[in-house]
Amino acid sequence: MKIIVAIKQVPERDAQVRINSSGKWIEESSLQYALNESDAYALEEALQLKEKHGGEVIVVSAGPERVGQTIREALAKGADRAIHIDCDDLGNRDALGVARLLAAAVKPENPDLVLTGLQSEDLGLGQTGVIVAELLNLPHASLILHVEKTDTGLTVKRELEEGWFQSIELPTPAVLTIQSGGNKLRYATLMGIKRAKTKEVRRITAAELAVDSAPVVLLENIALPHKQKSTQMLSGSPKEAAAALAEKLKFEVRVL
Amino acid sequence: MSGILVIFEQRGGRISRISWEALAAGQKLATAQSLTVTAAIIGSDTESLAAEIAAKGVATIRVDHPLLAQYTSDGFTGALHQLIQSETPTYVVLPHTYQVRDYAPALAARLNQVLISDVVDIAPGPVFTRQLMQGRLNGNYRATGTGPCLISVQAGAFRAESAESPTTPAEIKTFTPTIDAAQIRTKPGEPFRGSSQSVDLGSAQLIVSVGRGIKEAENLPIVQELATALGAELAASRPICDNGWLSMDHQVGSSGQTVSPKLYLAVGISGAIQHLVGMKGSQCIVAINKDPDAPIFEIADYGIVGDLFEVVPALTAAIKAAKQ
Repeated sequence: MKIIVAIKQVPERDAQVRINSSGKWIEESSLQYALNESDAYALEEALQLKEKHGGEVIVVSAGPERVGQTIREALAKGADRAIHIDCDDLGNRDALGVARLLAAAVKPENPDLVLTGLQSEDLGLGQTGVIVAELLNLPHASLILHVEKTDTGLTVKRELEEGWFQSIELPTPAVLTIQSGGNKLRYATLMGIKRAKTKEVRRITAAELAVDSAPVVLLENIALPHKQKSTQMLSGSPKEAAAALAEKLKFEVRVL
Repeated sequence: MSGILVIFEQRGGRISRISWEALAAGQKLATAQSLTVTAAIIGSDTESLAAEIAAKGVATIRVDHPLLAQYTSDGFTGALHQLIQSETPTYVVLPHTYQVRDYAPALAARLNQVLISDVVDIAPGPVFTRQLMQGRLNGNYRATGTGPCLISVQAGAFRAESAESPTTPAEIKTFTPTIDAAQIRTKPGEPFRGSSQSVDLGSAQLIVSVGRGIKEAENLPIVQELATALGAELAASRPICDNGWLSMDHQVGSSGQTVSPKLYLAVGISGAIQHLVGMKGSQCIVAINKDPDAPIFEIADYGIVGDLFEVVPALTAAIKAAKQ
């Protein structure tokens, strides 16, 4: 099976977020970046499918120079090669614009399966995989926890709300968006890190892909959320704060 | 029609509550833009559901076809694409459910549009607010395209009004899309429940819930001791269950259980929206987190900013002392 995994580099989860001077995005100078979590699960699913059925795993990622580091991590975990869509203006493109880049890079590869994470941790749009499927005219399923190859295509386990699940059968080629938690993530081995240095990373510029980049949806500005409740913050040493909280739980919340 | 089309969702033959919230969002937009609202209900044999919506005074379109009896992305995308081309609404409002997440991005792309997903507020403009960076920031979005603007609204963000029903129901019309069975490429099975639910969080009065801040499975006992001291059930956010540190039936959030206990004490949980939707109805929310900017503090009644490895054992001791 030839599998392409679309991955995204996002700010690290614990990163301090500060609004930059444009008011449209966060200050990036001091940010650390990591592989988006559900994309890590998509990569894991792809690697396991390859181990079971053979084939090739190719990662594709769009973004500036720094994305190269996340691509190397994916190669170190076991992906065979990578496509880096060199793009400094990712933030100016909307979900359709980004999906067009990915679809244009994926199409000439003719993969059997395209996987991506369910949503990104920074923008949280949760749309890229589904739009890529539409652009490539492929069937898709979203929120997938498990993928089984069958004689005719795939059987996948889809998460529904409130603890329900559903099996879906679909033919290949197909696009799946992967929910986190379906597999246990692997770490890169030292050997893997060493091998990653020799693996192919093909760089292609957004301009070369020649897709429409005019957005139809604009992020005008960002802002800190307003508080929905007035929170009583309990300060002091851990012991003092804990004692104050126990007091509140006993006399105000009345649960002790 | 140049109005607002609200897409209703049914689950097991019933209209889901979030559909009424989507209607409320559509009505808010309608008032601001001086437009009229039409509802659409999609499926097979939708008469009674359409009647239920029309009884609220909202003109309703039944998008009805035997091939829409069960949800498929191909079926729903194709049918709604035809409906939108026929009705030419200015705005299409959808509930942000797992089902909508599965087809609405494709539907928007087919119209050369982009869905503004998971909207929490609508301001004049209209400007649509949605959350970024796991709820740490809000982003304000505007549609600049010429086609219909599609938005999906977050559960709980718009209050469904229990408006008086008018004496005469609104008009119902039927739209029959052209669908060929061969166009539906996926074959969905019947929904099934996950592993047995041995932990019933729904009826728990007190819940201590643990998140990523606990760092290692080996650290869980300090939170379990707090739960035991309080006489509370132990619950968790998704990453804890994803890692297999606690079984899935401990999970609170959109994919787990929804709870509204008397006390919800969140330990090391930052408060991503997927978690908050499962617990924000709790009567009293307490948060312990090392990050003062964690979104969980936005909905907490009491908060302690600090290292949970120091605060939690101190709290367990203080609770034991207070109970004596």
